[in-house]
Amino acid sequence: MTGSSQIELCNVTHAYKTASGRLPVLDQLNLTMPRDSFTAVVGPSGCGKSTLTRLVSGLMRPDKGEIWLAGDRVTSPRPTVGMAFQNPVLLEWRTILQNVLLPLEIVKSSMDKAEPPRSHWSEKPLEIIKNRMGSSMGKAEGLARARHLLKLVGLEGFEEKRPSELSGGMRQRASLCRSLIHRPQVLILDEPFGALDAFTREDLWCIMHDLRAEEPFTCLLITHDLRESVFLADQVIVLSGRPAHAQYVLDVDIRGKRTLDDLYTPKAVEMLAILRHQIQVAQGRTGTADAPLAEHAPAASASEGMVQ
Amino acid sequence: MTAETWRKVLAPAAFIIAVLAVWEGLVWLYSLPDYRMASPLDLVPRYIRFWDLFLIRSWETLWRTVAGLGLAVVFGTVLGMIMGFSRIAREGLYPLLVGFNAIPKATVVPIVALIFVGQHDFNTILIAFMISFFPIAVSVSIGLSTLEPEYRDILRSLGASNFTIFWKIALPKTLPEFFGALKVAVTLAFIGTNLMEIVSPHGQGLGDLFDSGRISADYPLMFAVLFALAALGIFLFYIVVFLERIFAGWAERAPG
Repeated sequence: MTGSSQIELCNVTHAYKTASGRLPVLDQLNLTMPRDSFTAVVGPSGCGKSTLTRLVSGLMRPDKGEIWLAGDRVTSPRPTVGMAFQNPVLLEWRTILQNVLLPLEIVKSSMDKAEPPRSHWSEKPLEIIKNRMGSSMGKAEGLARARHLLKLVGLEGFEEKRPSELSGGMRQRASLCRSLIHRPQVLILDEPFGALDAFTREDLWCIMHDLRAEEPFTCLLITHDLRESVFLADQVIVLSGRPAHAQYVLDVDIRGKRTLDDLYTPKAVEMLAILRHQIQVAQGRTGTADAPLAEHAPAASASEGMVQ
Repeated sequence: MTAETWRKVLAPAAFIIAVLAVWEGLVWLYSLPDYRMASPLDLVPRYIRFWDLFLIRSWETLWRTVAGLGLAVVFGTVLGMIMGFSRIAREGLYPLLVGFNAIPKATVVPIVALIFVGQHDFNTILIAFMISFFPIAVSVSIGLSTLEPEYRDILRSLGASNFTIFWKIALPKTLPEFFGALKVAVTLAFIGTNLMEIVSPHGQGLGDLFDSGRISADYPLMFAVLFALAALGIFLFYIVVFLERIFAGWAERAPG
């Protein structure tokens, strides 16, 4: 465990039990995500990306290996995590505002109950009280925060609407607000933009940057979209085919505030070419993972030419 | 009066009047005697003559139907929850339930009347309950077992308990299916009550009035009872619709 990492996976191995026997999905997976960093995970279909989100969030426990979150070993779900899925799963009987507020109804009560009876509680009673106050938000504060988040994602004026009155992109925005309402330290996104049209998707990418500029959190994004991974993430991890291990790690060194134009620079195109090559390797369609960069250099320079 | 009120109140009324008029017309056209087919106008004297009996007997039928339906709602919901959450219970109970539901309740009436001899109210409520809990149990179990895993995960990932997930998500999400089943159950419960009242007559309910009509060969009276039953059924049905609008109104999308 290094002090600066928020999420750490050590030798995580997992298999599903199916009717036709064991189906190994993850094999000796090691990952490190620094605090407040953005990690995108890409890989072939069915390679265990969603399994990864369920393991990190504590919804499932791995067969082998350990998962650490902010220095604590993950054995069960915890309120410091926020999640959003490809399906926005808004509750149809609630207004958008009430939907966004949903996690606060859970986190507050579970925080009150989950306060462990510490044997050495007398050592830091102040800290316990502080934690409690920090985690359980007042009603007015929660409401103000919900309205603020909705405004940030461009849903001001839709607070009292029902989910059925909103478009797919708007629902996904509301779902993002819901996953952030309780100030999670870690946000886990399982292809949240996958079902949206290209323009809405790019809109939401920019909103993700805005949200993180407003308040930093560690983000784990599962995606099939390589451009999305490069635009959003600090590091992109390519998973191999099933059973998956981390096949390749790409550091995205685009400094400063990113704009969509950054996706059309030679550097970005080269990164995309590398990722594409790695995905093909993971799919078993071409060469080896450690092939020299020269192999996909032609592709990169061809695209460079187009940019010029 | 708005166009919507017109549509919702006057349209059903117009259809009812039209059907009655056609009926009256056919009886008149074929000049059928009232012992072969009573016409709607034949019924009016019966209602005037027996109005107090109609009120008393309707009340007896109504409260026992509602009581049976209430039992069916409680039992059906609990059973549906068990079957919705437990796969073993679902697979194990379905054949039993379907078998039980397939037994004609008319055959159960004499048995029940024999077991709880003299307990007329209890027996009637029991039959109304037995005939109407099935759709409620099935719809609640389907509503719960088809809950998408993501719905569960958004709360579970925050450390919510199973009860919280049920209370905040599974229960409200099942309400539209529940009310759909309740609409079926309402009319079924009436059938149950009347089965008991007619097959095992004990001097109570509209079924008893029907039976006296049969015994005294008063055919218009029998028809009048059927109309009264239909009116009660419509009354209870719209109470359910009203409750549905309060508790599951969100499921109704704006038209167009």
